[in-house]
Amino acid sequence: MAINYSEKIPNNVDLSSDKRLQRALERWQPAYIQWWKETGPSDFNDADVYLRTAVSVDREGWAQFGHVKMPDYRWGIFLAERDKDRTIPFGDHAGEPVWQEVPGEYRNALRRLIVTQADTEPASVEQQRLLGHTAPSLYDMRNLFQVNVEEGRHLWAMVYLLHSYFGKDGREEAEELLERRSGNPDHPRILTTFNEPVEDWLSFFCFTTFTDRDGKYQLLALAESGFDPLARTCRFMLTEEAHHMFVGQTGINRVIKRTIEVMNEHPGHDVREYGAIPLEMIQKWVNRWSSSSLDLFGAEISSNASTFFAEGLKGRAYEEKKYEDHKALDEAYEIDVWTGERITKEEVPLRNAMNEVLRTDYIEDNRRQVEVWNKTLERAGVDFRMEYPHRRFNRKIGMYANGHFDPQGNPVSAEEWNANKALWLPTPEDEAYVKSLMVKVHEPGKIAGWIAPPSKGINGQPFDFEYVKL
Amino acid sequence: MENPPVAESSTLPEPVNFETHPDQYRHWSLEVEGDRARLTLAVQEEAGLRPGYVLKLNSYDLGVDVELNDAIRRLRFEHPQVRVVTITGGLDRCFCAGANIMMLRSSPHGFKVNFCKFTNETRCQLEDASAHSGFRFLSAVNGACAGGGYELALACDRIVLVDDRSSTVSFPETPLLGVLPGTGGLTRLVDKRKVRRDLADVFSTTAEGIKGKRALRWGLVDALAPLSKFEEEVRRHEEELKAETPDKSDRSGIVLSALEPTESGDTVRYRHVTLTLDPEARTARVLVEAPADAACPADGEAARALGDTWWIFRAFREIEDALLRLRINRPDIGLVLLETKGDIATVLAADQLMESQQSHWFVHEVRNFIKIVLKRLDLTAKSLFAIVGEGSCFGGTLLELALAADRIYAINDPDVEVRMAVSSLNGGAYPMANGLTRLQTRFLGTPDQTKRVLGESSPFDIDTAEDLGLTTSAPDSIDWEDELRVAIEERVSFSPDALTGMEANLRFAGPETLETKIFGRLTAWQNWIFQRPNAVGKRGALSCYGTPNRPELDYQRT
Repeated sequence: MAINYSEKIPNNVDLSSDKRLQRALERWQPAYIQWWKETGPSDFNDADVYLRTAVSVDREGWAQFGHVKMPDYRWGIFLAERDKDRTIPFGDHAGEPVWQEVPGEYRNALRRLIVTQADTEPASVEQQRLLGHTAPSLYDMRNLFQVNVEEGRHLWAMVYLLHSYFGKDGREEAEELLERRSGNPDHPRILTTFNEPVEDWLSFFCFTTFTDRDGKYQLLALAESGFDPLARTCRFMLTEEAHHMFVGQTGINRVIKRTIEVMNEHPGHDVREYGAIPLEMIQKWVNRWSSSSLDLFGAEISSNASTFFAEGLKGRAYEEKKYEDHKALDEAYEIDVWTGERITKEEVPLRNAMNEVLRTDYIEDNRRQVEVWNKTLERAGVDFRMEYPHRRFNRKIGMYANGHFDPQGNPVSAEEWNANKALWLPTPEDEAYVKSLMVKVHEPGKIAGWIAPPSKGINGQPFDFEYVKL
Repeated sequence: MENPPVAESSTLPEPVNFETHPDQYRHWSLEVEGDRARLTLAVQEEAGLRPGYVLKLNSYDLGVDVELNDAIRRLRFEHPQVRVVTITGGLDRCFCAGANIMMLRSSPHGFKVNFCKFTNETRCQLEDASAHSGFRFLSAVNGACAGGGYELALACDRIVLVDDRSSTVSFPETPLLGVLPGTGGLTRLVDKRKVRRDLADVFSTTAEGIKGKRALRWGLVDALAPLSKFEEEVRRHEEELKAETPDKSDRSGIVLSALEPTESGDTVRYRHVTLTLDPEARTARVLVEAPADAACPADGEAARALGDTWWIFRAFREIEDALLRLRINRPDIGLVLLETKGDIATVLAADQLMESQQSHWFVHEVRNFIKIVLKRLDLTAKSLFAIVGEGSCFGGTLLELALAADRIYAINDPDVEVRMAVSSLNGGAYPMANGLTRLQTRFLGTPDQTKRVLGESSPFDIDTAEDLGLTTSAPDSIDWEDELRVAIEERVSFSPDALTGMEANLRFAGPETLETKIFGRLTAWQNWIFQRPNAVGKRGALSCYGTPNRPELDYQRT
């Protein structure tokens, strides 16, 4: 079968001369397309979408814009440029040359890490598959699809690693990535957050703000890996992840802006009368998605995290830039331990606290984002401030899952929790209201009433550009 | 943050209580519904037997297994009508993660060994109930199933694994911890499930385990069930397994009440058994008394009506409790003197009933239970001397205590009347782990001698006993005390490690079975590994697991 791989699958991994990879992709690529057509935004398979495609990793190549039907999108395989002198940045092997092949003793652990990361990529496409029907504008619809195709590409990137470095097992894992389905009762996605449906656009913006930022931090940690192909793959993925967070952050900001507009136009009225989303309600969505995204970092004290760090497989974010001691062997880390009755401070070996280290960086990043939204509120003279909930709030994984905590992190009784839950998290009524606002606006230049238009368009195009030709 | 190496301590551990009741379970729940029962494991993380570890992900310690042991026991005696028992995990997508690593790491060697032994015995009892009491055990693996969790599943008759494209069964011990799946795992893999050895090799070195389809193909599990139909499928398998068992609806169970011995100083006094410790001499005495006033029940139903007050049954429950206390709580005791007291006719009357009424479920269960306790005795890592002294009653079932001992000392004096006796039960009711009776094992090279012994239809004196090969030494009353003293003092002076090894080798002559392989091969290797620097040294794999340090192995093979 003669396929022009570099035409069909843009890449910088020399696919056209890699027989093993070609053979693996011959099987997997049609299954992937089938998966996309079935569980991607399938009702828009025929639409021409103004998408950015990466055709190479250089400045000109990584962002080529043009209208394309999504099933024809050229999902490519790109690794950041190789640094020939790179050494393993952390752990017990720190300073040794990085691995270009998988070390046998770490093969299983690496495969597990890659599969877990990879599983989130198609999951989010599945979670968001119906949102196109209620897009508030063509601009937003296009952003949704851009996010979707890039998550698809991230899957490709991970599958490339499985195919190239993990033999038959890797190929089987790659197939199973297309078999699990978000929310499927029989074979769900691996992580809980990726089985929660994303049914409204406020959730989508929260997801891209908080859950995709988890993705960013996981990628940052894997980008430090001593397994060089993984590190290089993740570094390139990070450039795309940044766009997803941009979509989320600006999305929430535009919802807030619109609410402020309505508040100013109709002072003293409930903004719901005019089809905007109350700020308190936005806060509840933020609470839900930020807490569920915090779960993705795993347990506070973790043997696995310690092992991954020691073995040089998964580091800290910005390991090389930010830290001096890359062994992290003799340091302790203070953790708030929930005893079931109160919080006590406990010192644990730093390596066992690596999940918490990464989560803490992630929280800081989120806080900065929330401040951007608060600037918008401040400039408009509104007193309300958004809050990033405490890491203990509403957790399902880790030691705080065994207690109840308010959004400020204070322990509360089960009674208090139940009495206040409706103030902190979306109620069915809230969900019904937000859902009622979700109506499609498919005309260029038009936008739904619950969200403000963006300050500028994509790739220098105006807002009324026909981003999606339906 | 190094782990201090765990030294054998000269102070005694906090004693473990082996008695419990479903009302007091903290980790298991036992629900019985007609002829079906369900055992659900939802381990309370903070409720470990000792401080210093958290029982995450349904991992277990001895306290968890004491409950399982109790539940199996109660199923057999209190719920004999049950035909199928489903064992499942009560946590979300988590079956059981096996023995708790932090617990193992913080335990001294002797405790690890005895913990493994007890959990192994518990799993063997699942198989025993299946083989002899019309129970079938279904392992409903609803999620993560690692190490000891999969070993528990292996002890069941059938394993159903949830097929959610991510749950696995696994043996991470070797790749992750540098030890073995020592709770029967490796043995049952190839001997019971007959998994091909190369596949078993791959499985046992793949820490993350094997998922649904491949697990089924390799014979690691018997069936897969999708998440949404899991309960439905479990029900279907329950019905299938039930069909393999007889209807037992006419059986009504008895109540097992607590033994509640009285303890004072170095004496633990039960109703029919007294355990006396002499820590200075490193010996203990287990005295079993056949009650003088015991009227023998007329038939099986009358025995059932006596229930847990039937002396022979109760005596063996008490022996079991005493043995477990000796093993776990008294590492300082090296030699156990087994003694009996009472009228040998009382014992033989009980034996006669147990023989003639063996088709009655309760009598059958009691015989079976005695077999299990005797097996525990065989496996107890202490020297055992039977003392056949004045007033003793080593006959029939109680003769098995002597036959289980490493040596039998009998007083042989014309002025002292001592009798021993056999009953038909010595001919097959109480097989050892090797599948043979204790008499067969004793006379492995002279099978005729077994026949001769069994041919003794009435109690016999010690001359005859000597002639039959039942005594190790039979001094007269002048030499008796001194001979015993010297033998005891000599015994406790030897290296306890060498004695444990020697006894374990001498006790189990004859053929290999799954059980002898588990207790003689698998756990012996495990106990060796548990002492090696590659597992428990400062940088051994078991020591390093969960700490910031990676193991540093010595790659020399021995």
